[in-house]
Amino acid sequence: MTQEQRSAGEGGPAVRAREEISTEELYKRVPRRRGPWRVLDEPARALVIATAAAFAVGSLLWTLVTGFVEAEAALAFGVLIALGELARITLPGNREVAPVASAGAIGYTFLLTIGGADVHHSGWQVLAVVTVGFALGELPHIAAGRTPEWSDLARRMMVIVVITLGFRPFAGDLSPGSEESEWWPALGLMAALVLAGWLTDAVIAAAIRAERLRTRFTVAFRDELRAHAGLGMAIGSSGILIALASTITGLAGLLVFTAPLLVTQVAFRRFAEVRLTYLQTVRALSRVTEVGGYVATGHSRRVSRLAKSIGCELGMRESDLLELEYAALMHDIGQLSLRDPIASGATVFALPREQRRIAELGSAVIRETGVLDSVAELVRRQCEPYAGDGDDGPPPLGSRIIKVANAVDDLVGESADSERMQAVLERLRMDGFGEYDPEVVEAAARAIERAAARW
Amino acid sequence: MRALPGAARVYIGLVVLSAVAAIGLGPHTGIDPATLALVVVLFVVTESISTAMHNGKAGISPSAAASLAAVVLVGPVGAAAGALCSAPFVLRRQNIVKRMFNGGQLALVGYAAGHAFLALGGEVGPPDRADFPWILLPFCAALGVYGVGNAVLMGLLMWCLGVVRLEPPRRVRWRTLATLEGASLGYGMLGLFIAAVWGVIGAPAILLVLLPLFIARWAFDQCIAEQRAHEATLATLCQAVETKDYYTRGHCMRVSKGAGMIAQQLGMHAERVQTIRYAGMLHDVGKLGVPTKVLQKPDKLTEEEFAAIQLHPMRGYEIVREIGFLDEALAGIMHHHERMDGRGYPMGLAGGDIPEFARIIAVADAFDCMTSTRSYRKARSIEEAFAELRRGAGTQFDPTMVAALIAAVDREGWELPDAVEPPGDDSAVVAQQDHDDPSVPLRVAGEAER
Repeated sequence: MTQEQRSAGEGGPAVRAREEISTEELYKRVPRRRGPWRVLDEPARALVIATAAAFAVGSLLWTLVTGFVEAEAALAFGVLIALGELARITLPGNREVAPVASAGAIGYTFLLTIGGADVHHSGWQVLAVVTVGFALGELPHIAAGRTPEWSDLARRMMVIVVITLGFRPFAGDLSPGSEESEWWPALGLMAALVLAGWLTDAVIAAAIRAERLRTRFTVAFRDELRAHAGLGMAIGSSGILIALASTITGLAGLLVFTAPLLVTQVAFRRFAEVRLTYLQTVRALSRVTEVGGYVATGHSRRVSRLAKSIGCELGMRESDLLELEYAALMHDIGQLSLRDPIASGATVFALPREQRRIAELGSAVIRETGVLDSVAELVRRQCEPYAGDGDDGPPPLGSRIIKVANAVDDLVGESADSERMQAVLERLRMDGFGEYDPEVVEAAARAIERAAARW
Repeated sequence: MRALPGAARVYIGLVVLSAVAAIGLGPHTGIDPATLALVVVLFVVTESISTAMHNGKAGISPSAAASLAAVVLVGPVGAAAGALCSAPFVLRRQNIVKRMFNGGQLALVGYAAGHAFLALGGEVGPPDRADFPWILLPFCAALGVYGVGNAVLMGLLMWCLGVVRLEPPRRVRWRTLATLEGASLGYGMLGLFIAAVWGVIGAPAILLVLLPLFIARWAFDQCIAEQRAHEATLATLCQAVETKDYYTRGHCMRVSKGAGMIAQQLGMHAERVQTIRYAGMLHDVGKLGVPTKVLQKPDKLTEEEFAAIQLHPMRGYEIVREIGFLDEALAGIMHHHERMDGRGYPMGLAGGDIPEFARIIAVADAFDCMTSTRSYRKARSIEEAFAELRRGAGTQFDPTMVAALIAAVDREGWELPDAVEPPGDDSAVVAQQDHDDPSVPLRVAGEAER
C-alpha cells in the first residue's frame, strides 16, 4: 500500500477510536498507578517477583563465593535454558511459558550422573545457572522491546526453586548404581517433585490472577491447574528424561530429548494463535452491527468488556468467561435480520416483544455455526427477566450479566460521566419488576466503581 | 479404498508376503520375548497417535521412533516381527487392506534398517555407555535406510493406485515433503534414545518418551477443532451479513471458493490460498454500511447514493482490519472494486498497482454474480460469464486472473447456486441492481453507465 492509501484508509477509524477511548478505558479491570507505586496495587505479584529475585541474586552470590563444579554440564544446560527462554510462547489467557527452558532446568536439577560419572552440583548452582540462562534468553527480547511478563518469569523461577530445594540435598544418596531397580526411589522423588512444582505454579499464578481480575482464588486456582496440566506434564517428563538419558548418552541427549517437547510447544503455540484469531474475528465482526447503523459505535465492545468484569467479580470460570465474551460481543447480531434499525439502536428502549425477537434471531444465527451452542443459548435468553418468565426457569448467569451490561451501556452511552453512571445504576437497582438480577447489578456497580477509582 | 486397482492388490500382497518371509527366514536368536512384547506395544501406541498436521492432510507418525528403537533393541527380525504383529491392534479407523499394508511396510523397512545397522557394526540390545558415541554411525545408516525405504514403498503404492504420476520436479511440493521427512527423521533419532533410556530404567522409558508426544497430539487436536470452529463462525457471520439481500445468499462462500481456485491455479503457497479464501469470504462485509434503501433502489442512483456504494470496500476494511492474520487479505478487501484501467473505486488504482488479492477477488466476485440469479435477470451460463470476463480482461479485470479462473473451472468444475425463487413475503430485501454485476453496470443519474 502506498502512503496515500494508508492515510486515506485509516483516517476515519482512527478518529473514531480516539473518541471511544474514554469509555473503553473505563471498563478495564485494573486500576493501575503509574511509577514505582504501582507495585502496591498488586502485593502478591510484587511479593512473588521479589522472592524470585532474591533467590536469583542469592544463588548467584552463593555460587560465586563457594565456586562452580562441573562447568561443562552447567554450560550445556545454561545454553539450553537460554534458548528455551528465547523461544518462550504465550498461551491463551496471557500466560507466558517457556517449556524448553523449564524442562532444561528440571533436567539439570535431576541430573545424577553424566555418562557414568556422578555429578555434585548444589541446588544453589542450579538456581544460578537457571538465573543466568533466563537472563541471557530474555536479553534479545528486551532489546527488541518485548519485555517479559515479570510475574510469569518469577513463577518459572519459583517452580525450579521448589523442585531444586526438594531434590538436590538428597542427590548424593539417590545416585544409582548400574541396576535398574535402584533408579526407583529417584524416579519416585522426581515425579513427586514435578507434581509439587505444578501445584506451586498453580497457587502462585492463581494468587496473581485473582488479585488482578478480582476473581475468587479457588476459581482462579482451578483455572490455572487446568491451563498448565498438559504442558506441565510434558515439561516434567521431558525434564526427567533429559536427566536419565544423560546417564548413558552424556550431554548429547540434551538436544534430542527436547525434540518431542518442541513439537508440543509448536502445537500449543498454534493453538494460542488460532484462539486469538478466533477472538479477533468475532470482535471485528461484532462491529458489523455498528457499521450498519444498528447500534451505537463501540457498543458491543463495551458491553463485552463490562460483562467480562462482572463475570470476574461473580467468580466465573475462565471457560465460562470466554463464552460470556463471545455472547456479549454478538448479543445484537440478531438486529442484522431486521429490515430497518430500531430507534436509536438501543435495545433497552425496544418493546419486550421486539427484544425477544432480536435475541431469537441472533441466537439462530449463532447456532448455525454448529460449534457455539452454549453461546447461542446465552444470547437467546439475554432479555428474559431475572425471575424467569415461564417454563425454562431463570435464565443462565451469563444472560443475566449481558442484560445488565447492555442496559448500562444503552443508558449511559459513550459518555464517561460518573454521575450519569451512578444514576443509571440507581435506576437498575430500583427496578421493581424483577427484570435485573440485583446481585449482577451490584457486581456491575463494583466493577465500574473500581474502574473509575483511578481518576 | 474403493475398487482397488489390480496392480495395487498385487503390490500390497507382495509387500506383506515378503515381510512374513523375512520374519520366517531370519535368525531368531538374541530376541528377548519380553522386550519384543513391549516393542509391539510401542508400535501400537506410536501408530495410533500419528499426529494429524497441516490440517489433517498429511499424517506424521511417530512410528519411526518405534521402528528404530526396535532395530537397536531386538534387531532386524525382531523389528519386522514387532511391526507386523502390531498391525491388527492399531487404534485407528482403517480398513484391513490398509492395516496390512502399513504393517508390511513398517516391517520391511525395519528389516532393511536393521541389516544396515548390523552391517556397520551395530550390536543388538540396549546400548550402554561404552557404545556412545560410536553407535551413532550404524544408527544413522539405519535411519537413512529407513527414510529412503519408507519413501520408496509408499511412492510405489501411490504409483500403483494412480494417485501420483512422475511429475517434473518444479511441481512437487518440496516444502511439505521436507517437513514430513524432517519430522520423521527427528522421531527416528528419538528411537535411539528410547533404546538408551531403556538400558537405564527399562520399560517405563516408553511412558516418559511418549507422554510429550501424547500431549502434542492432544494439543494438535485442540488446535484443529478450534480452527474448524473459527472457520464455521466466520462463514456463518458472513452469511448473516448477507441475509440482508435475498439474492446474494451464499455469495461470499462462492467467491471464497472461486478466489481459492484462482490462487491455487496460480500456484500460490497453501497459506496464501487460505488467506485469500478468508478475504473472499469477507469481501462484502462492508455492504452492511450501505443503507438498505440504496441497495433496493430500482431507479437510477443519485451521486450520493453511488458514493455510499463506493464506500463499502472501505467499510469492510474498517471492520476487519483488526483481525491479525488477514494482512494481505485486507488490501484485497479494500480494493476489490478497482479496475485495471483505473476507473474503479475506492482509490482508482490501475494495473499492477492493484494488490494481487484484489485482482483475484474482483474476478471471482464478478463471475459468481453473473452465474447467479438476480431479481432483474436470470443466471447466466458459465460460458456466457466466461465471455463477459474475457471481454472485460485488460480493462476491468486482470487477464492472468481471468485465464486462471477459466482454467480452474474447466478442470474442477463449478457448482452453480440453486435457482432462487423470489421471496413471497417482504421480509427479505430484494435488490434491483447489483454493484458486482459487470454485465449490467449500476446506473447513476447524470453520468454515462459505469
